[in-house]
Amino acid sequence: MPQRKGMTGMRETNIDVLIIGAGPAGMAAAIAAREQGIDSLLILDREAEIGGILKQCVHNGFGLHRFQEELTGPEYAQRDINRLRELNVSVHCETMVIDIDASKRVTAVSRKHGVQVFLAKAIILAMGCRERPRGALAIPGTRPAGIFSAGTAQKLVNMQGYMPGKRVIILGSGDIGLIMARRMILQGAKVLACAEIMPYSSGLNRNIVQCLHDYDIPLLLRHTVIDIQGKERLESVTVAKVDEHLQPIPGTEIQYACDTLLLSVGLIPENELTKLIGAEMSAATQGAVVDNTLQTNIDGVFACGNVLHVHDLVDFVSEESAKAGRAAADYVLGRTKKVARAIAVLDGPGVRGVVPQRLRFTDTPEDVRFMFRPDKVYQKVKVQVLDGERVAYSVAKRILSPGEMAEILLPADTMQSFSSESISIRISG
Amino acid sequence: MKQKIVIIGGGVIGCAVARELSAYDADILLVERAIDVSEGASKANSGLAHAGFDNKPGSNKAKFNIQGSKMLEALCRELSVPYKRNGAMVLAFDDTQTAVLHELLQQGMVNGVDGMEIIGRDRILALEPHTNPRVVAALHVKSAASVSPYELTYALADHAKVNGVDFQFNTEVRTIKRDLNRFILTTCCGDIPADIVINCAGVGADMLHNQISERKVTITPRKGEYYLLDREVKPMFTHTMFQTPTKMGKGILITPTLHNGLLLGPTATDITDGTDVSTTAEALRQVREITSLTWPQENLKTVITTFSGIRAHEAGGDFIIGAVEGAPGAYEAIGIESPGLSSSPAIGQYLAELIAEQHDLRRKGTRVPPPKYLPPFESMTVEEKAKAYANDPEYGAVVCRCEHITEAEIRAAIRRPVGATTVDGVKRRTRAGMGRCQGGFCSPRVMEILSEELHLRLNQVTKSGGNSRILLARIEDAAAEGDDRHA
Repeated sequence: MPQRKGMTGMRETNIDVLIIGAGPAGMAAAIAAREQGIDSLLILDREAEIGGILKQCVHNGFGLHRFQEELTGPEYAQRDINRLRELNVSVHCETMVIDIDASKRVTAVSRKHGVQVFLAKAIILAMGCRERPRGALAIPGTRPAGIFSAGTAQKLVNMQGYMPGKRVIILGSGDIGLIMARRMILQGAKVLACAEIMPYSSGLNRNIVQCLHDYDIPLLLRHTVIDIQGKERLESVTVAKVDEHLQPIPGTEIQYACDTLLLSVGLIPENELTKLIGAEMSAATQGAVVDNTLQTNIDGVFACGNVLHVHDLVDFVSEESAKAGRAAADYVLGRTKKVARAIAVLDGPGVRGVVPQRLRFTDTPEDVRFMFRPDKVYQKVKVQVLDGERVAYSVAKRILSPGEMAEILLPADTMQSFSSESISIRISG
Repeated sequence: MKQKIVIIGGGVIGCAVARELSAYDADILLVERAIDVSEGASKANSGLAHAGFDNKPGSNKAKFNIQGSKMLEALCRELSVPYKRNGAMVLAFDDTQTAVLHELLQQGMVNGVDGMEIIGRDRILALEPHTNPRVVAALHVKSAASVSPYELTYALADHAKVNGVDFQFNTEVRTIKRDLNRFILTTCCGDIPADIVINCAGVGADMLHNQISERKVTITPRKGEYYLLDREVKPMFTHTMFQTPTKMGKGILITPTLHNGLLLGPTATDITDGTDVSTTAEALRQVREITSLTWPQENLKTVITTFSGIRAHEAGGDFIIGAVEGAPGAYEAIGIESPGLSSSPAIGQYLAELIAEQHDLRRKGTRVPPPKYLPPFESMTVEEKAKAYANDPEYGAVVCRCEHITEAEIRAAIRRPVGATTVDGVKRRTRAGMGRCQGGFCSPRVMEILSEELHLRLNQVTKSGGNSRILLARIEDAAAEGDDRHA
């Protein structure tokens, strides 16, 4: 790799496409970029091994869309790992990016190489997401040992071989929480209940059936944990029903004796670097604002996977990230299509966090997939694309739930008819 | 033979006394009921070096606050403890409160506080633009500062230890008895004899004091609850923002932490159990309500955590410091609530000098300097980082991704003279786990490093000692127990 001295006096390594994160997003992006002819390609990952969170997801259910097979997380990851090896893609593990700037200079540190500075032509942000911790919820009570985010517990059980506890309450019905409910039972623990503050689960329906119903674990909708007891180790939690303003209803409290509380109360895209580089952010997705090539407002900086918006299925993470990899390759190879104009895509009624948020018109238009979450459960509705007041496109949907990402595919020819400066997507009864 | 001195309590006061006394030739032991120093009031307070304007003139609080705050800056520099003179404001929202500000100004001048002035609305808003524009006046106190309370306590303990003080943890003193010319301390783990006893036992100090003195004291544990916000809200306030005080204390404030977070609190609730650090919906609501007067655009979306701390309030309302009445050889620092952190260097110095004089302790010829460490990796320039790595490749392994804490720093925290033995001990010494993910990613690795350094099995690692084990069983053990239950 060519090197030169930069402003800081540190040696700089030039890279065409630098990918941050070697989870499913980074792997798919790297494979696509290499297949498009990018030779100078490097993935940086902070973990000891590539594969991201898939490594600890030993349950099955991965790959149904992409491979029409039911794989475990490690099996799914292995397919991409094998392809990366075939393509001879460089990956630096145990490497933490500690600085990044808009000139695409990336500073990283690792046990093996120390401090390194890379100067990239294109960067793909693929850092994934993290779990919302207990502190962020400000649940009253004590702060004993025995409170874990579900993903941390999953790592302890599946990677390190230790049981966090034996009598478990789960707060929140995110997918990792549901998966861990079953996992804890299979390891001999007792899972007393799963409390969800909303009137619907934020997890996939199949996980509710296979992880809760099949093991007779009650799903307490409109319930939350209002107090935590135990000074050293968790001893019990108090669960109560909530009203329509999500406030606890007096008299509905139930106390559960338990030694473990697992939290599955939301995933937050890990966008520290995205903010540091100065990319425009979306409040709705907590990820970057991107166009239909997954490029942020910073030229040559792309984002994909859970760092962009939290997906339900890894299959879609891979698909989206491959697209980002191709776009980054096009950018570096000077194949990016000329943009005639760009318009904003806005969340209309019922729609939260549509991605992409910008639409670029090129001389060879392609269909564009929009993904978003509905703000509540809807049945028999239409998802409409509005160009000003005009309904430019409409699709019927039988059921929409916040627990499952919704999508529509906007045909290229419809796009050509847009005349406004922005379009919006809405759910209509 | 050297005199045996036992200090009861490893908070900032006990450790300050230990460090000062370690300059003298004596056999010094500090006993602490928790697994680490700084596990009581010293780990959870506002972290302020108060200027000293709000103490009653002539009180111990006034005296030790002024002396202590003046010593703190140099002490923190010597011990490499974060300290910042960020200044404070006491806000008044009407004429009655403004009158109180003038009283505080007068009182501050009597107490010997420097750098105070009353400022008007425009100046307040120029200095702190996020302040409620309804504010009418403020007492601006330039000499007020912030200090990391637990980092100070750890550094005091380390410096005491390298100068010969022994530390014994998990040792709760139950009774103090006089036996001829000595004291016998009965503890959970055997009796400890002592020629000189120093009671710095925080919320437990009254129980011990009343066993050896006819002049009874009463400590009421007073709980204060806080919100800690992420450093994303850092630019909001640079000063410590008080409201006009009430009789329950200096009131609920907003203050930037030394690590660029924002702290909101504390409430003041008298409780009976001095170890009850639970938070409550009601107190947290009160924090939000009161701070929103100072900061109307209050944004709690970036809450990192909520917590509470206990301060030891003595019925007389003042610090009780010195020799215990009617018990020669016994000394104490009782009722050390706010401004206890500010006063700690002065209290330590005063008690050490008093004891040295009354017991003819000889000053040692030389003193081991405090251990020196590199500054936090996160705060280094890229060249400094490269240099740190060149000397120790474990600086290349970032364990805590939110705060960029490296494995080198975590191992150093465990290997310090009074080193971390728990996940919380690592957290407070290094900040690993203090960031926005609250240890979700790094705690499994921190536990592994603790188990390696301390030769523990992973499931013996605790959050904060006692029964706070984080993992209850290895998988094969758990599976075996599960089978037993079904049998």
